[in-house]
Amino acid sequence: MSSTPLRVDRARCIGAGMCALTAPEVFDQDPEDGLVLLLHTEPPTAHRAAARMAAGVCPSGAITLA
Amino acid sequence: MGESLHTVTALPTERQPGCPFDPPTELIDARQHGPISGYTHPGGKPGWMITGYDLVRSVLADPRFSSRKELMNVVDFELPPAPPGEFLLMDDPQHRRYRKPLMGRFTVRRMRLLTERIEQITTDCLDAMERTGPPADLVTAFAKPIPTIVICELLGVPYQDRGSFQEQIDTFMGGASSDEELIAAYTATQEYLAKLVAAKRANPTDDVLSELTDSDLTDEELKGISLVLLAAGFDTTANMLSLGTFALLQNPAQLAALRADPALTDGAVEELLRYLSVAKTFMRTALEDVELGGQTIKAGTTVVLSYHTANRDPERFTDPHVLDIRRQDTGGHLAFSHGIHQCLGQQLARVEMRVAFRALVDRFPTLRLAVPAEEVGLRPETADIYGVKSLPVTWGEES
Ligand code: HEM
Ligand code: SF4
Repeated sequence: MSSTPLRVDRARCIGAGMCALTAPEVFDQDPEDGLVLLLHTEPPTAHRAAARMAAGVCPSGAITLA
Repeated sequence: MGESLHTVTALPTERQPGCPFDPPTELIDARQHGPISGYTHPGGKPGWMITGYDLVRSVLADPRFSSRKELMNVVDFELPPAPPGEFLLMDDPQHRRYRKPLMGRFTVRRMRLLTERIEQITTDCLDAMERTGPPADLVTAFAKPIPTIVICELLGVPYQDRGSFQEQIDTFMGGASSDEELIAAYTATQEYLAKLVAAKRANPTDDVLSELTDSDLTDEELKGISLVLLAAGFDTTANMLSLGTFALLQNPAQLAALRADPALTDGAVEELLRYLSVAKTFMRTALEDVELGGQTIKAGTTVVLSYHTANRDPERFTDPHVLDIRRQDTGGHLAFSHGIHQCLGQQLARVEMRVAFRALVDRFPTLRLAVPAEEVGLRPETADIYGVKSLPVTWGEES
């Protein structure tokens, strides 16, 4: 099975929190600046669908599945 | 181009009678013709009306479209730029300069920490409503006080000032009967916020505004930021709570399902956001010529983005005009917009709505309208934020 490493671009992130809301096992927000924190670059299979959904709803295009 | 362009002429000032939750028929029709229509702004300037979900979303993600107030080409005089701090109507990098210091204060985690406090505020409101009713006006008893108290605590408005402050913001957000009244209330709010900023700088307390004084932002900018938080956060949430309750009462099976199963609360909030889209439309201006849905948007032309119609797009949502709190396809709705301006306070609004709707349905198992549904007063379609003017409700035994 091919794994899809996740990438986040903190320069694009606007701290809307959609990722942390949608896939809390994969994303968090920095408590200081609210920017996205990636908890797993290669999330376990169980969380991959949620990670993909988070990438889809991120308002700023800050999350990419390479 | 072979296809003929559909044109939305004037928008109605009222919605279709009997359909208080649906966007005006003109916009639903426009979506059926295609995602983009010709449109003339009420001020006479030519523009575009975008009603298709995909197209609205793509404009919101496109840096060739601007939110700058002074670029809105809708009337035949020039609009002034947004005052310092009012970043809703700015583009990056100015916008980001203001949004950035706020982002850490509105994270999912930080907003969830407010849950208990919001539960307390909600309980107090419901206690008061129970003591003085039935009947009650759900707007004044429930929908307005909850977000007002939350925003006051966020900005650190001292307890003794809350009454007068609440009255001011109430007047300038939809309650004003004349232009003079509106301007007076707006000026009073501005003055109050200026005083508040100065007070927080002198004596910081435990709130967002005090924290922000510890940055390079000027007092003028902090006043602007406070005004945006207030204007964006109060009326929107209040109208979601009151119109949302109206929608649930008109959909008894959905209400019963929600009441029976607390696990449906989060989904119900997302679906009400989509279905009602109280922040109906926003505008963007093209910074260069842009090809969009087979049309050319000329540089300098302003497009209207209909979030409410896009959230009813049949190509995106199954049975879009049905309120279904179990729906699986609400993710990605546009009720909080998309792109760099997507609502900063959305995680707070979610907590407020989850707590408040849950507590309301639990507390009043027999809640119902106290007047026929047709008599519920609705805001005109010209208001920025849609909603009910008041919502008379009752509960207990049928009399
Ligand atoms: C259910 C309630 C709410 C709704 C429906 C809502 C809706 C929206 C929408 C649609 C936008 C983007 C406008 C655009 O596309 O240009 C927005 C922006 C914003 N909202 Fe909310 N909002 C709500 C609650 C709140 C709350 C509670 C707060 C804060 C206390 C808040 C603060 C803001 C701010 C500061 C912005 C500007 C963001 C920016 O320009 O970067 N909102 N809101
Ligand atoms: S959803 Fe996107 S913009 Fe929002 S916090 Fe996550 S990465 Fe940042």
